[in-house]
Amino acid sequence: MWTAILVTAVGCYLLKLAGLSVPESVLAHPTAQRVAGLLPAAMLAALVGVQTFADGPSLVVDARVVGVTAGAVALLLRAPFLVVVAVAAVTAALVRLI
Amino acid sequence: MRDSLAVGIATGAYGISFGAIGVATGLSVLQTCTLSVLVFTGASQFAFVGVVGAGGAPLAGAATALLLGSRNTLYGLRLTSLLNLRGARRLAGAQVVIDESTAMAVNRQDESHARLGFFTTGLAVFVLWNLATLAGALGGQALGDPRDLGFDAAVAAAFLALLWPQLTTRRSRVTALGAVGVAVLLVPVVPAGVPVLAAAGVAVVAGTLGRR
Repeated sequence: MWTAILVTAVGCYLLKLAGLSVPESVLAHPTAQRVAGLLPAAMLAALVGVQTFADGPSLVVDARVVGVTAGAVALLLRAPFLVVVAVAAVTAALVRLI
Repeated sequence: MRDSLAVGIATGAYGISFGAIGVATGLSVLQTCTLSVLVFTGASQFAFVGVVGAGGAPLAGAATALLLGSRNTLYGLRLTSLLNLRGARRLAGAQVVIDESTAMAVNRQDESHARLGFFTTGLAVFVLWNLATLAGALGGQALGDPRDLGFDAAVAAAFLALLWPQLTTRRSRVTALGAVGVAVLLVPVVPAGVPVLAAAGVAVVAGTLGRR
């Protein structure tokens, strides 16, 4: 675990430093820019899906779906980050109590 | 200066959730806080604990975090000409190349104002993010079984909240939908951690195809 944490730390630092250090033309290619611009949306969307439906190697529909849906409603109502997360947690916890 | 502090306080709220979620997914308080000090880029940190918490290999978590961290490289490219940093300043400044500090630097009229906005915001966010992580981690540790408290749903909602502001174009929305589909369908067939990495391929395809 510690190895992975340190790899992440060093790697993320080098990614930041690289941007400040390389000439602008290197990543100026429009396709590279577009792909890099879309990466966060793809990764985060995948994380939402996996975190909502995966239970080990199987896919399940459980209290998490209800919680995330409640969080999405909070987002539509322009709630701040902490509220969105709390709404999702409380909703899922309540569903499990029932 | 006041703007920088306000941004720092706002990100403190994410920090509390990160701390609580970090320990809920099985990391120690020290490991959670180390991520905030050394990695210091929110989405990557959430991704790391998300993959590891779902049973993925720690190195798969690291790879996901690095792919998400690549957007900071693009920020750096934009900042180079604005800030003109050299030597030790560049080495120190690199750690605080994040969403917030970039946003506060790009709208300034000259180099000294851009530097001031960049460094004060970066420092404010760094201090408050780390204090908030510690508070969240200690609080989360005191709470008990994370599943009973709905923390697994909270992690998913945190990713959704981070994703939300990215969905400004049709291309990004299509990419996100494709990525969810690919990742979820892969869950039963590949080891944990791999589905999220595979979703990066969707960004490559979506960014390469089409012109708009």
